[in-house]
Amino acid sequence: MLEIKNLHASVEDKEILKGINLKVNAGEVHAIMGPNGSGKSTLAEVIAGQEEFEVGEGNILLEGEDLEELSPEERAHKGVFLSFQYPVEIPGVSVTNFMKTAINESRKAQGLEDMPASEMLKKIREKSEMLEIDRKFLSRSLNEGFSGGEKKRNEIFQMAMMEPKLAILDETDSGLDIDALRIVANGVNKLRSKDNAIIVITHYQRLLEYIIPDFVHVLYNGKIVKSGTKELALELEEKGYDWLKEEAAV
Amino acid sequence: MDLKEKLVSSFMAFEDGLDLDHPVHEERSNAIKNFETKGFPTKKDEAWKYTSLKGLQKIDFSIFPKQETTLEYKDVKKYFLHDIDTYKIVFVDGVYSSYLSETTHDGVDVCLMSSAFSKPMFQQVIEVYFNKAASKDESLTSLNTAFSKEGAYIYIPKNKMPKKPIQILHLATGNEAALMLQPRNLIVAEDNAEVQIIERHQSLTGNEVFTNSVTEIFAGKDAIVDYYKVQNDAPTASLVDNTYISQKDKSVVRVHTFSLGGKLIRNNLNFYQNGERIDSTLKGITILGDKQHVDHHTLVHHAQPNCESHQDYKGIFGDSSTGVFNGKIIVDKIAQKTDAFQQNNNILLSDRSTINSKPQLEIFADDVKCSHGCTIGQLDEEALFYLRSRGIPKKEAKALMMYAFANNVLESVRIPELKARINKIIAEKLGVRMGFDL
Repeated sequence: MLEIKNLHASVEDKEILKGINLKVNAGEVHAIMGPNGSGKSTLAEVIAGQEEFEVGEGNILLEGEDLEELSPEERAHKGVFLSFQYPVEIPGVSVTNFMKTAINESRKAQGLEDMPASEMLKKIREKSEMLEIDRKFLSRSLNEGFSGGEKKRNEIFQMAMMEPKLAILDETDSGLDIDALRIVANGVNKLRSKDNAIIVITHYQRLLEYIIPDFVHVLYNGKIVKSGTKELALELEEKGYDWLKEEAAV
Repeated sequence: MDLKEKLVSSFMAFEDGLDLDHPVHEERSNAIKNFETKGFPTKKDEAWKYTSLKGLQKIDFSIFPKQETTLEYKDVKKYFLHDIDTYKIVFVDGVYSSYLSETTHDGVDVCLMSSAFSKPMFQQVIEVYFNKAASKDESLTSLNTAFSKEGAYIYIPKNKMPKKPIQILHLATGNEAALMLQPRNLIVAEDNAEVQIIERHQSLTGNEVFTNSVTEIFAGKDAIVDYYKVQNDAPTASLVDNTYISQKDKSVVRVHTFSLGGKLIRNNLNFYQNGERIDSTLKGITILGDKQHVDHHTLVHHAQPNCESHQDYKGIFGDSSTGVFNGKIIVDKIAQKTDAFQQNNNILLSDRSTINSKPQLEIFADDVKCSHGCTIGQLDEEALFYLRSRGIPKKEAKALMMYAFANNVLESVRIPELKARINKIIAEKLGVRMGFDL
């Protein structure tokens, strides 16, 4: 599904990603953990096509296709989805209308007609129920006045609507209380399939109790310094990151 | 001959056709004297620092339209808000078009200034209100007063409300190579009356048009007046809109100004609060491109205690367009407990576009709440990335953001069809088809 080879990325001449290698197969869930400032969000944004970052060496391949020349919207059309750490507020545009626009733009890019209104409504109903989202919420302006938890839940709602091949969840757990976390994780688990892949970026092991990863990677100082299975997350929870920093320094 | 000379020397010819004994005539004579003394404002005048009328004065404008032109409704239908029933007062090249209009005297008067000036039944209202709010000092207002003859006359008696909104439409056909228009509107809403008015200036050709308009609005106690100005004119049409509003106790007046097209637009919007617990709202959306220029000069004069004013102007400037926002708030010493809010936010889309934004607060009372804020920036890149990451192409994403930026100005529009129309014009200006009706 996703193959990242020796990826380097910098912003204003400061190198943040210093040679990332990562392979994610369809059907897998990968967790990326690491201390603050290690480059986790940068990696997520670079995959999604944030133009603020300068990609130097290396490639990102989605189903074998190099994404380098593609705009963020083209990547979205190919099935890349990023759940933002800080979703943006768009006053005057309802969640529903925003989703209609996003879905129909993607369909247009694939040469498809607009989704029929009845089908769209059915899908919105289905996915909002799955995430236990109140209907009234859907007619509110996108993210405007939403609590941190509502924003995150709304991100996963968008993911459910867009049905991406590759979803990257950037600290989706931050700002969620335990009930919301359970609902969100439940939603994500329902979206897991043999045809898609999910990358979960998090500080804490907590989310990984609900979304159980196949692999766990530790990102430190722009590099993946350790990879393992879900037990690695537990080990990190117990021991913190310091031992890895020391290991990486050696 | 320059434009000033031409206007001054035409005044005598203009007088010829009028009743010189009419009480209004003295006002006209005084006004032309003031204009003759002061002339057109120049960039040396502080209030006109960023807006030059020099170019316009070089054009050989016809001051009186030579012929009457009939227009077919189907050809101008799109300039009306035609999906709802409204009263219409329509002028073609400054001349009233009865064919395109729908006036009334059924409980309220929705008709013409020329009738109001000439018919005895309106004389009392004219004497009480005409030229009582308009400045006698400002030269362009004086120029309009001097030539005041035609325009919309709307009189809503106590406790009345017209059955439907009123549209005032000024059309210019281009029959003259260059035409100057000076419409004069008088709107009176007596105590507890309510009225909704939409005014639009529209040139139909590429010929030059220069409109110097004056509107006086009087809101009695508890009256509610909504006034919408649609400024989406041709690239050769210029407008100086002078609006003077006088409010009494507990009245509500909201003026929305949508400046979306035209060559040069200057809005002088003046609110005078002559009572307590008054609410004044001034909102504007400005979206410009090319070399367009829009100058909003607002004044809110808080002269009595316990009143509010809300100003919210949003501007989006592309290409080499220029914008000005000058918001003056005066709070008199006795106007305690005034709550005056002013906000002006701008987005510059190009390196060549400019905005000059200036709040001007003169506060003489000590127990007031006055806040003002001004921002000038570019579109937020992070937000743009968010929308694009959802598959929305850059152009549409930008349009969506600009729409979101301007949106709260539209929230207070009380005619849904007008709101939809403005949204449509905005979407067209931004060159996008949204996936939904905005």
